[in-house]
Amino acid sequence: MEIPRHWRLKQQRYALMGEVCPHCEAKIFPPRDVCPECGGEAKTQFAFSGKGKIYSYTVMRDAPAGFEHNSPYTVAVVALEEGPMVTAQLTDLGEEPVAIGMPVEMVTRKIREDGERKGMIVYGYKFRPVMAA
Amino acid sequence: MTEKPSVHEMHADQLLLRTDRKTGIVGYGAYVPRYRLPGTEVARVWTDGGSGTVKEKSVAGLDEDVITMSIEAARNAMLRAGIDPCELRAVWVGSESHPYAVKPSGTIVAEAIGASHNIQSGDWEFACKAGSEAMVAATALVGSGMGKYALAIGMDTAQGKPGDALEYTAASGGAAYVIGPADESVAKIEASYSYVSDTPDFWRRPEQKYPEHGQRFTGEPAYFKHIETAARTMLEQLGRTAADYTYAVFHQPNPKFPMKAGADLGFTPEQIKPGLLAPVIGNTYAGASLIGLTAVLDIAKAGDRILMVSYGSGAGSDAFSLEVTEKIAERRALAPSTADYIARRTPIDYAVYTRLRDKIDMG
Amino acid sequence: MNPDVVIAGIGQIPVGEHYELSLRQMGVRALRAAIKDSGGLKPQALYIGNMLSSVVSHQANLGALFTDYANLGGIESFTTEASGASGAAALRLGYLAILSGYVDTVAVLGVEKWTDMAHSESETAAALGLDYDYEGVQGLSETGQAGLLMQRYLYEHNLPADALGGFAVQAHANGVNNINAYFRKAISLETYRKSGMTNPPLNLFDAAPYADGAAAVILTRRDLLPKDHPQPVVRMLGSAIATDTLALHDRKDPLAFIAAKEAVQSACAQAGIMPIYTDVLELDDSYSIYAALTLEACGYADPGEAPAMARDGGLAPTAIRPAMTMGGCKARGNAIGAKGIYQAIEAAMQLRGVCGLNQVPDARLAVTLALGGPASTAVAHVYDKIESRE
Repeated sequence: MEIPRHWRLKQQRYALMGEVCPHCEAKIFPPRDVCPECGGEAKTQFAFSGKGKIYSYTVMRDAPAGFEHNSPYTVAVVALEEGPMVTAQLTDLGEEPVAIGMPVEMVTRKIREDGERKGMIVYGYKFRPVMAA
Repeated sequence: MTEKPSVHEMHADQLLLRTDRKTGIVGYGAYVPRYRLPGTEVARVWTDGGSGTVKEKSVAGLDEDVITMSIEAARNAMLRAGIDPCELRAVWVGSESHPYAVKPSGTIVAEAIGASHNIQSGDWEFACKAGSEAMVAATALVGSGMGKYALAIGMDTAQGKPGDALEYTAASGGAAYVIGPADESVAKIEASYSYVSDTPDFWRRPEQKYPEHGQRFTGEPAYFKHIETAARTMLEQLGRTAADYTYAVFHQPNPKFPMKAGADLGFTPEQIKPGLLAPVIGNTYAGASLIGLTAVLDIAKAGDRILMVSYGSGAGSDAFSLEVTEKIAERRALAPSTADYIARRTPIDYAVYTRLRDKIDMG
Repeated sequence: MNPDVVIAGIGQIPVGEHYELSLRQMGVRALRAAIKDSGGLKPQALYIGNMLSSVVSHQANLGALFTDYANLGGIESFTTEASGASGAAALRLGYLAILSGYVDTVAVLGVEKWTDMAHSESETAAALGLDYDYEGVQGLSETGQAGLLMQRYLYEHNLPADALGGFAVQAHANGVNNINAYFRKAISLETYRKSGMTNPPLNLFDAAPYADGAAAVILTRRDLLPKDHPQPVVRMLGSAIATDTLALHDRKDPLAFIAAKEAVQSACAQAGIMPIYTDVLELDDSYSIYAALTLEACGYADPGEAPAMARDGGLAPTAIRPAMTMGGCKARGNAIGAKGIYQAIEAAMQLRGVCGLNQVPDARLAVTLALGGPASTAVAHVYDKIESRE
């Protein structure tokens, strides 16, 4: 059981809540309080749009412990519209093959369960092919 | 059975719930997961013939549950409402498949959409009318002036025992509504009215995975009695008839029941069909009437009147009388439509279905 | 003037599945072999490189464990951890300790016990080298990371799915002649092509097998070597560690392997050589994509050209750029925290001229590079040989 560590990250996990640097305007995800671009203190909250493009991807056919339930699944590095890249699973993949450059959008999904059936459910960001709005 | 006279019998002409402050639907959002199980698949495995009453039903993916689906529907509702999430004073989720037996779905949904911590939150349970009950409560909270906006959600990953008649229809999906001031709304809430009784037509005991039901007992004394009483009371006390409404949405456990109830009440198929999604997504339990309403709002015009009547086993119905405003035109396109979600579909076979719905015993 | 730090002794056990041996038995065997090879030098400190013992063997405080079981009598000892570069980091610590003048003779042990748990459980432990909150929690593994890098690499250079096959073919060819290698069977490019993809486009042969291993070296000052120490003597000329972001996604260009470049350049600068002058390059081929990106980052190959270099035999012991000369991680086996010490031993063997069929002709300079994760940590060392005791 790892309740506190999941709990403390809930805002960024559920909704891609990051930071914006007040000095150089860089958008920061995950939040780290220190701007990776200019080194200044950056604690201003910034909500990412959740839109991005696939930088790279692979399929996990041999899932690590705790993820077998969802295997096989696709993991991608997604370049967010605002700049930073994030690692996340892709979900709701239809017939269209995944490709580098594919536009994706953030959704909040079950990431894993902390303990078989009894433990807390960890929710967090995943990405799916953009749905026509 | 004779019923005791009550305060309501004494004021039988004033049963409708109306608020001092006028309220309405400020934002709405649907969600349907992308997987579809055709009725023919259930028949292939269990009955060697027939295909049930629906073409196919929607099935949640491996990483989805009532909380994740509620989050997406809520985000769509918030996009249409265009309000700061911190202005919400309640986040309520009605469902009969809350992921936790103890631990609210609402707080997770609230956190995910950026609501403040100064809210009411709690999970509603009343079989398939948990979502509309949350809508009544949200209307009351806003109508009383306790808060400006409240979010009510009806969502389910419905359970049906393998091989049972329910398995053809028990589906995943639902909708979310931001209730707020009538003058900001896409549809004004004229009144609501609820009718309930102790009628054991369908239930699920604690620790049980699948519900039990009274088969044909679920019809006349249960579904039809409550839906029609709620609808008739609403029509009578508003001094209206079915002809005064452009659309009617009824709880839809299958395609037949709402058509029959509608006909009994004087509604034509043209009034009912736009909000009748059961044939293509099945019965989303607490989400069913709410997502029928989003489908209607997706196409309604200013001035249209809509009657929505939910039904929850055990049993009861909530009726809402709505009048669409001119704001609908500008808000509609701000989030994916119900039809967008229905069109996004991946058919699955029964084997994949058993995996997605966690029916495989992993030991 | 700094003293010369020399590798006085080497000892290793074969990399493999040592179900009959415990963490401590493996480590003690390597240590005793290294001490024996040094002519019986007595270390005053023992630095241990290990990544997984806390999880896989439920054992921390390895300093006390190994000094006790190796009968080293209470000397200074502790563990360094830098994921797959743990052993190489311990080596640097030993090197610095002698340079500092506080310690004369050091033992450095790289040890990893992989098989104490079911493979999938050990695999989960290996993923601790990733950013747990932002990569691990998404279900990514180290092999998955390599798959992400490989996908992007093939895309950017417009290469076919089998482009990286040359690395495994070369490593397996070299492993045949290494008695300490896990795999001692050559493979063809056809075998590579037919193997199953674990993390597409990455296939089974693109990933070095995790396995048990223990390797140790004895470092000392050149003037403290026993008079009859065999010639030539292997000397350490440079040592550097560089780091990059922990999470792959936090890098401007994940394919750049900047830390690998920085570590190699810095260690070579200390040695007063250009990286290209090395005769032996024991790089980190935990994944074939790591090998390709390292060669390109360090200037041994132009961008996109490393796969062709490997495929065309350019990394063979007798070619222009001998690499993975005893099988690399792919064939010798990836003993994770022990990897860096295996590399140091293989470099020392090349400089001593004892590599038999895999001997690099006239090897005078060697570079080793161990990576923790996808060059999140990179540790480089440079060695040369001294022919006679001047």
